[in-house]
Amino acid sequence: MAMNAPIVTTAPPPSVSSGSLLSKLEIDLRMLGMLAALAVIWIGFDILSSGFFLTPRNLWNLSVQTASIAVMSTGMVLIIVTRNIDLSVGAILGVVGMIIGVAQVRWLPAWLGLEHWLTAPLAVLLAVLIGGAIGLFQGWLIAYLAIPSFIVTLGGLLVWRGAAWWVTAGQTIAPMDTRFKALGGGVEGALGATATWIIAALACGLIVVALGLARRRRVRFGFPVRPGWADAVLAAVACAVVLGAAFIANSYPLPAGTARRWAEANGIAWPEGGLFIPHGVALPVMIAVIVGLFMTFIARRRRFGRYVFAIGGNPEAAELSGINTRWALMKVFGLMGVLCGISACISTARLNAATNAAGTLDELYVIASAVIGGTSLAGGVGTIAGAMLGALVMQSLQSGMVLLGVDTPLQNIVVGAVLVLAVWVDGLYRRRIK
Amino acid sequence: MQYQGTKPLVEMRDISIAFGGIKAVDDVSIDLRPGEVVGLLGHNGAGKSTLIKILSGAYKPDAGEIYVNGEHADIGSPRDAKRYGIETIYQTLALADNIDAAGNIFLGREKLTPYGTLDDAAMESETRKVMARLNPHFRRFKEPVKALSGGQRQSVAIARAIYFNARVLIMDEPTAALGPAETQQVADLVLQLKKEGIGIFLISHDIHDVFGLADRVSVMKNGKLVGSANVTDVTQDEVLGMIILGRCPPGATPGPGAS
Repeated sequence: MAMNAPIVTTAPPPSVSSGSLLSKLEIDLRMLGMLAALAVIWIGFDILSSGFFLTPRNLWNLSVQTASIAVMSTGMVLIIVTRNIDLSVGAILGVVGMIIGVAQVRWLPAWLGLEHWLTAPLAVLLAVLIGGAIGLFQGWLIAYLAIPSFIVTLGGLLVWRGAAWWVTAGQTIAPMDTRFKALGGGVEGALGATATWIIAALACGLIVVALGLARRRRVRFGFPVRPGWADAVLAAVACAVVLGAAFIANSYPLPAGTARRWAEANGIAWPEGGLFIPHGVALPVMIAVIVGLFMTFIARRRRFGRYVFAIGGNPEAAELSGINTRWALMKVFGLMGVLCGISACISTARLNAATNAAGTLDELYVIASAVIGGTSLAGGVGTIAGAMLGALVMQSLQSGMVLLGVDTPLQNIVVGAVLVLAVWVDGLYRRRIK
Repeated sequence: MQYQGTKPLVEMRDISIAFGGIKAVDDVSIDLRPGEVVGLLGHNGAGKSTLIKILSGAYKPDAGEIYVNGEHADIGSPRDAKRYGIETIYQTLALADNIDAAGNIFLGREKLTPYGTLDDAAMESETRKVMARLNPHFRRFKEPVKALSGGQRQSVAIARAIYFNARVLIMDEPTAALGPAETQQVADLVLQLKKEGIGIFLISHDIHDVFGLADRVSVMKNGKLVGSANVTDVTQDEVLGMIILGRCPPGATPGPGAS
């Protein structure tokens, strides 16, 4: 049927040799473009800062600074995919951060005593529950009462920001529980060299096994598969990235003072040249990576993710297919709330204080990350990995400019301009392949 | 009547629905027997699609009842309709453009692995089987259906309706967007499904489409049923008179909308 009908070409037409190579690897050209942009930004800043940008120390800090926004951007992808928006994520982060701050400093110590080991887990649980509840409530207003998400979350922005103020009448709460503080990174919030290498090795093993299983499955059903060398190249590149990241995290040593204290605590003699004790991957970065993997799993492998994309592609068709679109939409906002709760833990822990201004303007960075990462505001299109990469691009720009001593107003101007430019280029690319 | 003896597969009795005071469907009764093709005819806006959306669960009627196999059926959602074996090919096709063929065919009824994850390989495998029957040239299993041609999209929509062993198939203007060769293919499919004992509602505003395939026709005008007739008992001109003037010829059973 219809083979004589005009067929739309979707394969990327330019440059035959690289095109066929890329198509064999089944790599997303868009993602490759983003990686290239990131490389340009990094190398550019490195040259401009005469070699300061691409140091283990700066990259490690960059990764920690990206974590909070990256976590929230994974949820924003699903929200934008369903043709909605959430303007309240920064405010939810603010109110959740205040509540868990007060919980750690006032409520839990009164009940458990100061620095009890349960304080940190309970604070995280509380953050996830409150964030999830706020998200579900907003999702209910949007899905079941049919109030536009723009309005509900714009109202939410004011409500939750106000609530954050209200919790302590504007007082800043500090300091946080020691174990909780580790969630924000810093010296105590890193995994250390050994754990970092072990996790990297496990990740490499998982990559190889996952690619192998996917291949075997397609072979069993008799579907076409990538050539063997293409799978091998993919596995090699992925493992190289993982091991490279681990190597960089392990190349950033603890500052001398901290290292000396650690040595004394562990009964190790302090040598003349000092000790090289690596940080390893920071805890918030690990959290962001796990969240990213989990959200990708939800989006790609679970029914819920399929429904989210179907709703974005054609809401009426999704409804007619028998999908409970309202419940799915409510869950998307609930999930976003949970992620705000996780980000609230990360940023409160990093600051070692809860302030009612925490997360201000985060909604814009989160939305920008998702959009730069290829999420279409028209709905139906977007990837979790793209959004996290988008968050990294945004944060790289920001911290690169800080490193160069660019004035704050100019930083905002550049970030704003880059957002618009990125969406324009993306639009050009999409029209080209259509 | 050739199907007189068999029990109706579907009966819609005295169905009414109004939107903002306008009666889109007003006291309409139609029925369908196994292996029968019933053409539902009428102008654009006569209420055909609305009536059929009530059967497929998209709308809830204000009044009236639906019986499936003689038993009262409570159809409140598309999911309910599918449980009764009622499948619909919508005029708009109702495909999620950003998802591939397998994703669309199994949308809302995904195959899962024992771990509760989507079993994409199994769904693609089934899709390859059903598409091999409907459209042997179909190769673009990995692409979003947005990238497919009109005919290919149509075959995905048809595959979705027949894969799950439909007993009742509703086809809303199935050939409106197709060329002559594809239209013929849809006609062949209708005859094949009829042979398998599936009851089919064929909705169209073009009586030539319907006359060749249907056993009976029901005609609607301004939301009301003008009448129903075996195609052997009426001429095309008489049916045209029913559509345009609402005049019921002697060979037809008149409904409340007959003038």
